[in-house]
This record gives sequence, C-alpha cells and structure tokens, in this order.
Amino acid sequence: MYTQAMDTMAREPGDGPKAVRSAEEALLEERFEARIDDGDFIEAKDWMPEHYRKTLVRQISQHAHSEIVGMLPEGNWVTRAPTLKRKAILLAKIQDEGGHGLYLYAAAETLGTSRDQLLDALHTGKAKYSSIFNYPTLNWADMGTIGWLVDGAAIMNQVPICRCSFAPYARAMIRICREESFHQRQGYDALLTMMQHGTEAQRAMVQDSVNRWWWPCLMMFGPPDDQSPNSAQSMRWGIKRVSNDELRQKFVDATVEQAKVLGVTLPDPDLKWNEARQHYDFGAIDWSEFWRVVGGDGPCNQERLGARVKAWEDGAWVREAALAHAAKNTPQQQAA
Amino acid sequence: MTTQNEWPLWEVFVRAKAGLDHKHCGSLHAADSKMAIQLARDVYTRRQEGTSVWVVRSDQIVASDPGDKGMFFDPMEDKVYRHPTFYQLPESVNHM
Repeated sequence: MYTQAMDTMAREPGDGPKAVRSAEEALLEERFEARIDDGDFIEAKDWMPEHYRKTLVRQISQHAHSEIVGMLPEGNWVTRAPTLKRKAILLAKIQDEGGHGLYLYAAAETLGTSRDQLLDALHTGKAKYSSIFNYPTLNWADMGTIGWLVDGAAIMNQVPICRCSFAPYARAMIRICREESFHQRQGYDALLTMMQHGTEAQRAMVQDSVNRWWWPCLMMFGPPDDQSPNSAQSMRWGIKRVSNDELRQKFVDATVEQAKVLGVTLPDPDLKWNEARQHYDFGAIDWSEFWRVVGGDGPCNQERLGARVKAWEDGAWVREAALAHAAKNTPQQQAA
Repeated sequence: MTTQNEWPLWEVFVRAKAGLDHKHCGSLHAADSKMAIQLARDVYTRRQEGTSVWVVRSDQIVASDPGDKGMFFDPMEDKVYRHPTFYQLPESVNHM
C-alpha cells in the first residue's frame, strides 16, 4: 500500500544530501548520476549516494509498514463476513497484504538495515505508515470500499514504482501490482452485489462507506505538487516517476465512471467534467485533516500501533523458541 | 537495537513448472530450513507460481564483487568469434 503521501513523512534533519564530499566520492556520484540518466537499474551492492540509500530505506520500509498495518482494518471484519465466499476472499486479500509487506522488508534489508531495526522504527513511532489505515472500518461495505478506492488509489501510486531505479524495489513492486488487481476487483464486486441485489439499507451502507473514504483516498496522493519540496530529488533519481497531482487527477477521472456504474455518488458538489481540460474538476481537499492524521491524531492511530506492538511482544517467545529449536536440531556442519 | 535474535535470512528459488530452471524470487527470515520452505510456499507461491522451491541461507551464497564487474566480465567483450554470427558462410549453407 504505497501512497505518495508517505514522501512527506518522517524525515530527519540528517536526511538531506551532504554538502561536503571528497574528490573520490564526487567521481562515484557522477558515475551514479550518469547511470540513472541512462535509465540503468541500481542493484543493492552497487555504489550509491548515502542520501539515495536513506531515501529508499525510508520509503520502502514505510511502504512495508503500510502493508502490515493495512491488515488490521480488514482483519476487523473476517469473523463477520456475510458469506463463506466473502470470508475466503477477505482472508486471501489479507494474506496478500502480509506477503507484500514481506517482499518489501526484504527489499529494504538489501540496503543494509536489519528487519529488527525497521520494525523498531515502526514500533517506536519513528517511521510512519499510510495514514489511510488510521481511519476505522465501521461497516461491511468498508471492506468493499477499501478494495475499490483505497487499493485503487494504491495501484495508481504503485504502478509507476515498477520502474523505480532501485531494482530490488522495482522487482517487489512488479509482483505486488500483479496481485493487487484482484484486491480492487473483489472490492468493487462486493459493492456491486450490495447495490444490485441488496436491500435499501445495504445500498445506504455502501453510500455511507463511500462518503467516508472518498476524501482520505484523495489525500493518499500526497500534498499538491507546489507543496511537495522533496519530490524533485526523488523524480531526478527515478524513485518517483509521476507527480502527486497528476496521479490524483488520473484516479478521479477513472473513479467517476466506476461510481456511475455502481450507482453511488461521490461526496463532492464541485465534481464535474471540464471540457476544456478533458478532466474532472474536483473540490478543495482539507489538508489540515491530512496533517492532523499524519501527525498522530487520526481516529485510530493509537489503536493501530498498539495492535502491532502487542503482536510483536506477544510473539517474542515464539521467535525465541523457534531459534532454540533450530539450534538444537541443526547438525554442526563444521564438525564434519 | 541488536539483531542477534533475528531469524536468519534465506534466499528463495522457485521452479515455475517442470522443464524450467529454479529462479531467484526473493528472500525471507526463518529459524530453520523446514520453516524456510514452509514460509517460502506461503510468501512466494500463493497463486501456484511454483512446483518446486529451493531455499539457501543468504550467508552461504558467494557472489562476485560488483566493484570488479569490469575486470571480471569485460574480457569476454572482444571474443566475438564465440558467437555463431561471427562466421559469414555462403548463402546456400548459411542456415546450418
């Protein structure tokens, strides 16, 4: 669940590019920039500027955290899925999110940061995850809306990263994008079933869900381009490929048609087709809400992080026992 | 933050179907080889992407040095006679 909004999060003072460099470093950096300009992929063991490495560790790990935390709002509905079919689908989707988190942690670890360090940054609040998961899942329709809109927005955000200059990240993203399409389609399918075969109350449930998720989904693309100071360097390095506003527009244009087929309205009175632009115009986004939720004051921030920390601590004895078991049962190869 | 309690890292190789090579597809942490095979199945073959899985401890892999890439691989660059296209034969026998 990558969102460009994460570009804005959890930067540290030391994260900026270094001003003073040795002659040798300058030469290496020149070669590196030339490879980027040629569209070359950078592999984990290749030389790279420290700032490039830090930017990637931050982005990939926050992406991984988002996949893992993203299991929580959906896990909330596993026991209450309306049919066995929907329950099996939901479980498969949640398992995928766990898998996506693992592909990404592995990619981040190739940059020389350990899994424990990455998890520690999440658990201590130093690293962020996508703000969208700090909103609650209040009804069953939310499972459909998350698939349709949240995963839909994530796909728009993620597809360009399949061409990221850092190859291990790009490879993980290709795998993720291939699997993510099912997530969006199952969500839309669940909503369509309720809209076409449901009761009046079920249709109202879908509309309520869409009303609550629409604006937070638009925020997933990050602040407007003129307020995204860090974007330029990421674009230059081929870590980021398409601007926030461009992706957001693409998402709105695609979603309006899907909403019509579904039979729901989107909660924006200013949403209308602009013939001159050949795009949909939409209303102003409440960025104060975005910054509030990023800053920790969303509806579920404490609950989500608390659940992750508890799972990690409760699982400590399992991790230790597995290691002890392995040590006891592994034949001493050196002795041979 | 210590990492000494971390489960070791394993590289995962999957054979997509009989007749193909095993191909590297990623890595994962597992306490031992049995767990690594089990987790590899769950993480990398949820949609029948494989018919066989290999796992190997990452610290057991010996790799060429990326810094020596030029010295190591470039000597093959001027040995064009190792390719069939190097040889110009008469048209009538050129498809041998």
